[in-house]
Amino acid sequence: MDVKEIIKPENQVYGKTELLTDNVMHYCPGCTHGVVHKLMAELIDEMGLQEKAIGVAPVGCAVFAYNYIDIDWQEAAHGRAPAVATGIVRLNPEKFVFTYQGDGDLASIGAAEIIHACNRGENILVVFINNGIYGMTGGQMAPTTLEKMVTSTTPCGRDTELNGYPLKMTDLVAQLPGTSYVTRQSAQSAPAVRKCKRALKKGIKNVLDKKGTSFVEVVSSCNSGWKMTPVKANKWMEENMFPFYPLGDMKDSEKDKPVSNN
Amino acid sequence: MKGNEVLAEAAIRCGCDGYFGYPITPQSEVMETLMLRAPWNETGMKVLQAESEVAAINMLYGAAATGKKVLTSSSSPGISLMAEGISYIAGAELPCLVINVQRGGPGLGTIQPSQADYSQAVKGGGHGDYKMIVLAPSSVQEMNDFVDLAFKLAFKYRNPAMILADGAIGQMMEKVELSDYKKCWTDEEVIEKWGSWATTGKPSSRERNVITSLELDSEKMEANNQRFQKKYRQMEAEEQRYETFQCEDAEYVLVAFGTSARVCQKSVEIAREKGLKVGLLRPISLFPFPKKIISELAPKVKGFLSVEMNAGQMVEDIKLAVHEAGSTRRVEFFGRMGGIIPTPGDVVAAVEQKFLKE
Repeated sequence: MDVKEIIKPENQVYGKTELLTDNVMHYCPGCTHGVVHKLMAELIDEMGLQEKAIGVAPVGCAVFAYNYIDIDWQEAAHGRAPAVATGIVRLNPEKFVFTYQGDGDLASIGAAEIIHACNRGENILVVFINNGIYGMTGGQMAPTTLEKMVTSTTPCGRDTELNGYPLKMTDLVAQLPGTSYVTRQSAQSAPAVRKCKRALKKGIKNVLDKKGTSFVEVVSSCNSGWKMTPVKANKWMEENMFPFYPLGDMKDSEKDKPVSNN
Repeated sequence: MKGNEVLAEAAIRCGCDGYFGYPITPQSEVMETLMLRAPWNETGMKVLQAESEVAAINMLYGAAATGKKVLTSSSSPGISLMAEGISYIAGAELPCLVINVQRGGPGLGTIQPSQADYSQAVKGGGHGDYKMIVLAPSSVQEMNDFVDLAFKLAFKYRNPAMILADGAIGQMMEKVELSDYKKCWTDEEVIEKWGSWATTGKPSSRERNVITSLELDSEKMEANNQRFQKKYRQMEAEEQRYETFQCEDAEYVLVAFGTSARVCQKSVEIAREKGLKVGLLRPISLFPFPKKIISELAPKVKGFLSVEMNAGQMVEDIKLAVHEAGSTRRVEFFGRMGGIIPTPGDVVAAVEQKFLKE
């Protein structure tokens, strides 16, 4: 049988969404960003949101997200994506607005903006890639860096006396009444990717239903920053990151009663 | 009406889509007036109190990038916090209006009026080579008029514009003729008037729009900068605005903007009564600085006195304009700092002391 007889639409089992551009990604092999970009592109395509979607890119490795997903994008200053998204969505409430941020961007320099955007319940989806490190600038300590974890600015490992403790942003924002869906996912295996896609889809749906802020953390590896092979980085993530950042839904306003401080 | 209240009213009436701000004296009445007026019920204009000036300017960035007509207001320390965001807005070429009702500095300084942010406003203020269009009102009426004018210029050049007022004009009450109401533009009207650069969601009919100030290719980044500089030169050619008062026969010309220009108008009258031929040049656009009128006046006068509520900032631009005109005319400076407004008599005494006592 000739190969051309096999390559037919009816035989196709998987295709790349047209919303993922053909630009060669600048991400390191093994990086989680490419997978999550693909999931967002697929969901925006499948849910027919290209004309409604406005993405806000961060400063960090995902700064060029706008080169890879074929929708309108804005590039925010470091940490300010939730404020930028607020400006967009307040004046364009019918659009689907999301931020895509790393942990240096969201948990450190942009901590105020994310807390207040979530607390106001801005009707946006926040995609939070947490790899415990500043990837773009060469692997410095982030607020999310684990205790004793070696980075270029903690060469002897993170010392909590000097650097404080790793910050669980997702747990924090789950406490805020403005958030409707808060979850922590990963994307290192096929089952994890499928679960992650379901979580992102739920987040998008909540935004379309105007339920307030949805927040999807994706615990990720940074094999370049961690100085490991991609395989070893994923194993290290499972053994070290997952115990401290356990996966699963933290808040689902459909299922849970509202979080109360009383 | 109070100057700050008029800013709010003018924003509503000129078809503004949104305001983002953070409270700071002496301009908090802008957001207070907007919240009380609740324009979202009337014109559709949205108003939001941000968690900081940093957030406010970035909200402005996000909204402006969707083609909306948006503004923020603050006072000196708050504008410093916004400087990063203004640089991004200039780099991404977005139209918007930033209002600075200045107070004295440096640091927390004072809540009294000042003009000490002149250089910050006209030289850029944040990082990188950029300029804002800067308009300086000297009356409550101009607080009204310049809101619409600033937006017109901001959209014409796709550039941030600033109204550089001060605490005195913000707090002052005067009679004012408010503008008529204009409707907010629809997305379609924005595209028709200003092109389809905004991020409104990508239809199949166009490529995706990306609003960014980032370009890692140095050749392309230089080309971006050249485009910006060309735009700033066009502003210098087309947008110089000023007012002259009794300059026709003047031997000495006071140069002053905003509140100090009001003082100087009285100084001209006092000086004329004393037989001194003094006139006033009031720059309205601080960037572009009205160099042309200075080059016209330079050969006719004996000297310029820059009167400012700071340590002498605009005086440098006057010297530069005189120099560029090929003139050696004397340029002197008189100013008060720390929130003190000079009296008309102080200014006349300065003219006598600097030009006539030697």
